[in-house]
Amino acid sequence: MRALEAVWASVPSLLRGLGVTLEVAGLVVVLGLVLGLLLGMALAYGPRLIAWPVRAMVDVIRGIPMLVLIFFVYYVLPATGIDLGSFATAVTALTLFSASQVAEIARGALGSVHRGQVEAGRATGLRFPQVLVWVVAPQAVRRFLPPWLNSVTDTVKGSALVSLVGIVDLMQSIQQVIGRTYEPMPLYITGALIYFAINYTLSSGSRALEARFSHVRD
Amino acid sequence: MDYHLNFTLVWRHFGRLSWGLLTSLELALLAILVGTVLGLALALVHVSGPRWARLLVTAYVEAVRNIPLLLLVYLVFYGIPSVVRVDYTATTSFVVTLSLYAAAYLVEVFRAGLLAVGHGLQDAGRAIGLTAWQRLLYVRLPVMIRIVLPSLSNTFVSLFKDTSVASVLAVPELTYGAQWINFNTFRIVEVYLVVTPVYVVTGYAILFLLRRVERQLALR
Repeated sequence: MRALEAVWASVPSLLRGLGVTLEVAGLVVVLGLVLGLLLGMALAYGPRLIAWPVRAMVDVIRGIPMLVLIFFVYYVLPATGIDLGSFATAVTALTLFSASQVAEIARGALGSVHRGQVEAGRATGLRFPQVLVWVVAPQAVRRFLPPWLNSVTDTVKGSALVSLVGIVDLMQSIQQVIGRTYEPMPLYITGALIYFAINYTLSSGSRALEARFSHVRD
Repeated sequence: MDYHLNFTLVWRHFGRLSWGLLTSLELALLAILVGTVLGLALALVHVSGPRWARLLVTAYVEAVRNIPLLLLVYLVFYGIPSVVRVDYTATTSFVVTLSLYAAAYLVEVFRAGLLAVGHGLQDAGRAIGLTAWQRLLYVRLPVMIRIVLPSLSNTFVSLFKDTSVASVLAVPELTYGAQWINFNTFRIVEVYLVVTPVYVVTGYAILFLLRRVERQLALR
């Protein structure tokens, strides 16, 4: 009973934390999508001079553990004179990671559309951006959306790590409530259920999209 | 830029980083060993077990895959001992968590691999009189292993990266080594300039080695 009371009394703190988690994840998802799509296009269509440095950057970032990437940006960036504050730093680190994932997914999706279609589009007099929007994108999107939604769950899960650089997100507010109430188990379970609800919705969406697109033949 | 890089203190404490790296590799290795055994068993249950068991496996996989690793690590180390009388060190608790985490990802890998083994092969095994166990041992598993090796290598590298989370429990692995140097010498920038490439290089070195193993085992 005491455990239930502890959870009930902690609801406002947890909701505030959840708000921060959603804010961080939401920002990262949008920024990561924009940046990642640009990088993905560079990988798929860019000249070598652009594609190779992008490939190196994407591979290096994907090789760094997310926690270490967060610490790296958190500690090294201020020393170079860029002091963004912990919130923007955390968002930057997670965005770098998310953009690298998105770039890889976008490259795969764009690559799944045969090059001949780009050439055919060009031959009918469309400019390259038009080909991209009217010919490539409608076909690439079904290869892009399911894995992209999965990468969004990675972002939500990864966002729990920002609690380690002083941001009071859902994870950190759980820790704070435990510090006050000494009721670890009920609070961890509550937190797990909240994260699960968000991510399960996303990953079910990913599976539903995959099933919906699976009948389309290439 | 007013910051002057000084790596002397990082090199002086380099032992913490090299031992830390070894510990990280050990944690990843233990987790993949336990995770493989558990993941394979659960995958077999999922492929050929009764409906209720299949549902249980799915519930386990979905639960673990949709909760942040950090929360699971806290839950096992701080949560469980607060309700059950168990006593384990931070290292043991992290290995248990990472193994359970690995198993949830490996179930999917092995399940896909088992389903990819052709029916023709299994029928052939039945035709020459192999029992169900023999077909599993001599036909399905050897073929499946070759199919799943690339995914297994990727999982291993990503588990190696996940070991950095053990630093929150003060397990003396690589990231904790970095934090120790950070708090004791304040050479924050330098230590992360060293540790970050160590992770990247080690991760790709492991991947390179495992890709060679894959080529060795590939069916010709």
